[in-house]
Amino acid sequence: MLDAVWLVPALPLAGFLVLTFGGRRLREPIAGWLATGCMASSFVATLGVFLALVGRPSDDRRWVTTLFEWVPAGDLRVDAGFLVDPLSVTMCLFITGVGALIHLYSIGYMHGDDGYRRFFAYLNLFAFSMLVLVLGDNLLLTFLGWEGVGACSYLLISFWFTDEANATAGKKAFVTNRIGDWGFMVAIFLTFFTFGSIAYVDVLDTTAAGTVATSTATVIAVMLFVGAIGKSAQFPLYLWLPDAMAGPTPVSALIHAATMVTSGIYLLTRVNPIIADAADWVPTLIAWTGAGTALFAATIAVAQRDIKKVLAYSTISQLGYMFLAVGCGAYVAAVFHMVTHAFFKALLFLGSGSVIHGMNGDQDMAHYGGLRRFMPVTAGTFVVGWLAIAGVPPFAGFWSKDEILAFAWNESPLLWAVGLVTAVLTAFYMTRQVVLTFFGRGRFADPRPAEVEAAWEARLAEVDATVEAAKQTVAAETDNGQPAEGLEAAEQALAAARAEQATLRAAADVRPEPSGFALEAAPDVGPVADALPDEVAVRAEHHPHESPRSMTLPLVVLAALSVVGGLVQLPFSSTTKRLEHWLEPTLFHNEVHLTIGAGTLWILAVVAVLGGVVGIGVAVAAYAARRVDHRLFEQPVLADAWRLDRAVSRFMGGPGRAGFEAVARFDEAVVDGAVDGVATLVRKEAGLLRRFHNGLVRTYAVGIGVGAVGLVAWFLSRSSF
Amino acid sequence: MDATVFLISAAIILTGAGGVLAARNPVHAALFLVQTLFGVAVLFVLQDATFLAAVQVIVYAGAVVILFLFVIMLLGVDRAEDLGVEPIVGQRPIAALIGASLLGLLLTVLLVSVDGPTGARAADAPLGGADDNTRRLGEALFTDHVFAVELTALLLTVAVVGAVVLARRLRGPLQPLPVVAVASMVDDGSVGNDEAAGEDGSVPSVAEPKDGIHEAPDDGEGAA
Amino acid sequence: MVVTTSWYLTLAAVLFTMGAVGLLTRRNPLVMFMCVELMLNAVNLTFVSLGADLGDLSGQLAVFFVLVVAAAEVVVGLAIIVAITRRRQGATADDLSVLGG
Repeated sequence: MLDAVWLVPALPLAGFLVLTFGGRRLREPIAGWLATGCMASSFVATLGVFLALVGRPSDDRRWVTTLFEWVPAGDLRVDAGFLVDPLSVTMCLFITGVGALIHLYSIGYMHGDDGYRRFFAYLNLFAFSMLVLVLGDNLLLTFLGWEGVGACSYLLISFWFTDEANATAGKKAFVTNRIGDWGFMVAIFLTFFTFGSIAYVDVLDTTAAGTVATSTATVIAVMLFVGAIGKSAQFPLYLWLPDAMAGPTPVSALIHAATMVTSGIYLLTRVNPIIADAADWVPTLIAWTGAGTALFAATIAVAQRDIKKVLAYSTISQLGYMFLAVGCGAYVAAVFHMVTHAFFKALLFLGSGSVIHGMNGDQDMAHYGGLRRFMPVTAGTFVVGWLAIAGVPPFAGFWSKDEILAFAWNESPLLWAVGLVTAVLTAFYMTRQVVLTFFGRGRFADPRPAEVEAAWEARLAEVDATVEAAKQTVAAETDNGQPAEGLEAAEQALAAARAEQATLRAAADVRPEPSGFALEAAPDVGPVADALPDEVAVRAEHHPHESPRSMTLPLVVLAALSVVGGLVQLPFSSTTKRLEHWLEPTLFHNEVHLTIGAGTLWILAVVAVLGGVVGIGVAVAAYAARRVDHRLFEQPVLADAWRLDRAVSRFMGGPGRAGFEAVARFDEAVVDGAVDGVATLVRKEAGLLRRFHNGLVRTYAVGIGVGAVGLVAWFLSRSSF
Repeated sequence: MDATVFLISAAIILTGAGGVLAARNPVHAALFLVQTLFGVAVLFVLQDATFLAAVQVIVYAGAVVILFLFVIMLLGVDRAEDLGVEPIVGQRPIAALIGASLLGLLLTVLLVSVDGPTGARAADAPLGGADDNTRRLGEALFTDHVFAVELTALLLTVAVVGAVVLARRLRGPLQPLPVVAVASMVDDGSVGNDEAAGEDGSVPSVAEPKDGIHEAPDDGEGAA
Repeated sequence: MVVTTSWYLTLAAVLFTMGAVGLLTRRNPLVMFMCVELMLNAVNLTFVSLGADLGDLSGQLAVFFVLVVAAAEVVVGLAIIVAITRRRQGATADDLSVLGG
């Protein structure tokens, strides 16, 4: 069964090829079902490989199959092959499994879209690239998959590219990834230079034997880390992930939650012997980058209004947790959290997609509220996802996060403190999101602040017009010099109009500020209620609806996984730590051992749960019970992501642009100039040499004569006397 | 005695050659050539190559130079050439240089070499005396080199046919010679640009499109 | 004084050089041809001298063939000059420069 591993990436590739070249006959929904079918069969193949691997004894669980010789270039021999071991099979399982569910979801979500077939082609291509990434048996094949997922990410983020903002978001993702890719490439070069091979089997075995110099391992590890932070959106290369929410929601779920962004952690876990051999500050750097990013992103998520942006920053934050785990030597915890995160983050993203679908594309949480009445299944599964991510036992997220926090405490209490604060914030903003979306008052029928403004403007203009008209009438009556009743009536009308104007003006002056979320009641529009634009009434009639079965089924499955996902690695005893035993062959004994006692572990767990409860409680108090003013938490600087994105844009637009243009000018002047210069030089030389061909026989005779003299002289010089 | 004959013949040869170079009238040049050929024939006799001396006089002096004179007389190209003017810049100095270097090199080879000529003997007949020179030549030619002789016969035939074809008189008005003035050829100036713009005032004309300068427009003749 | 082979060879060298210089210097095509004849004669002289020096007949054989070919060459060359000069009286070598570039 193990040789069937080639099926795992081949099936999505076949799906991509058929969809790309199949032509217009593959309309919806056939295209969608075809793609989903390919993913599902790939999942079945992965299960087969998994079972085959389980069937082997635990010390014999690394198997390499070579497909063909890829790069035979002198000393560098790279074969295209697959490395089947517990780590890669684990990754494949959740990539194909969650991927298949997301494909199924997309059939309903992308219904009616013009690019239906193109979407599924890209999704399948992405799945193929991701599987090549995790199954590759050497760094170059992993890099091939790495680049492939980057390209697919670009294609899918800017899927609706006719809107320029989407296209820009795609470019931003690609370019930011590129910076990380540079690090990866340097690491590949160094690895080849050091080991003479870039196959994992050679590199890792050699490193584990302890024959690699620390400085070399440090540089390689740091370069791979640079690649990882690009792909996994850690500080400072996280800027692309929030913008990537411009893509369709299934894309956000698959790529930017479950799979692509985890490839950085996969890479670091794969090369754990190199990290172990590197200098001591390297894991510390990894851990602090992860912890810092986690906290940083969590603070931003607190103040976001877009439902997907909250989840985007949440993803960055959770990825930070995984890096924290890797930095603390807790590779198993990192993989565990990767798996549970895939379940609940995909669930949350798909759920938000369902909400967006039900709200006809509106992503602003200010317009949600009380949606559980309309979307019960979505709400129910979302709540499960919420509990998982908030770290509420016995849901999956609690076990994995707790594992990471334990290892963080093991490494440094300060790291643990950062992790704990992040956990509290996570619970807070997720609760905020759930309350704002599904509970409380339904706000979708409320007039929006812009609409209220418009209504006030309209009414004031109307009243002013009435006053002006009354004035005109009075003036007309006075000019007429007519009987007093007409004038009196006109003056009375004017007085009444003036009074109305004064009342309205007074009301306008004291009207309340439009608040962010009208949690208490609808915004008080008072006197201008009938001047509201028509959209308000249309919206009020249009109720949010539940999504079709093809969309809710994956939600249910993922919710179930989020509940039971923790069972693979329960910390109670050695027998329950199944994931750890499973991943042992890939870790080369680099897994750090906890030096804290069971009692401390219990205390840490209780503190974590209490922190989660505190976060939930504060959010409920602010948003549901409204005892605390929620605006206290939603600082503008947080909503603007600490203004970093703005600063980067300013830099890129200013000095950055100057730099690019200088490079472009250099290219034009020097490089193009050199090439053109060669041509010009040749032409000038030819012009000079052309003078010899003047058509005169005697000149040619002179040439022959000179040549003859030269020949004689040459022979003379070579002869001896 | 040999030396005397040699020196006199050498003088004859060299003055003849000098005459060819310096004569303005081509008829004079032809006559000087005859002088040189006679001198060479004498030297052949001096070296017992009697047959060749005879052939030299009969063929070279008697036929080739006569042919030259025929052409000169036929076409009236006996106008004197203006030797004072050299249109091509630097031709004379370069020619002098080439001549001097060639002579110097050749003399160096001939005179400075210690061993003298070191050619190997061929497989042909040895040289005999002057009296049976013809017999030996004939034997060698018609036994060892008979194929070459036949080829030369063929060559001569071809040459005759070619000459007749090339020089035949054509019907119809003759196309002007495609003389392109040197000045119009090169756009950035070339050797002899300004001087050789047709020394006798020829009008530069466009090159003829067809394959030769001797094709009349309505030439219907086949090979002559 | 004994006339050695070198004398003949020297003479031939001088004759050859004079023919070469004449070829480069004169403009009349017929005179240029005559200078070619001078060069050929110089070569013939060399052949015969060396043949006599080595006691070998092949020197004279070579001259025989050179003579034949020179004759043929003169015939064809003069025919060409006739054809050219018939078109344009007094054409010199300098005027035949169509193949310039």
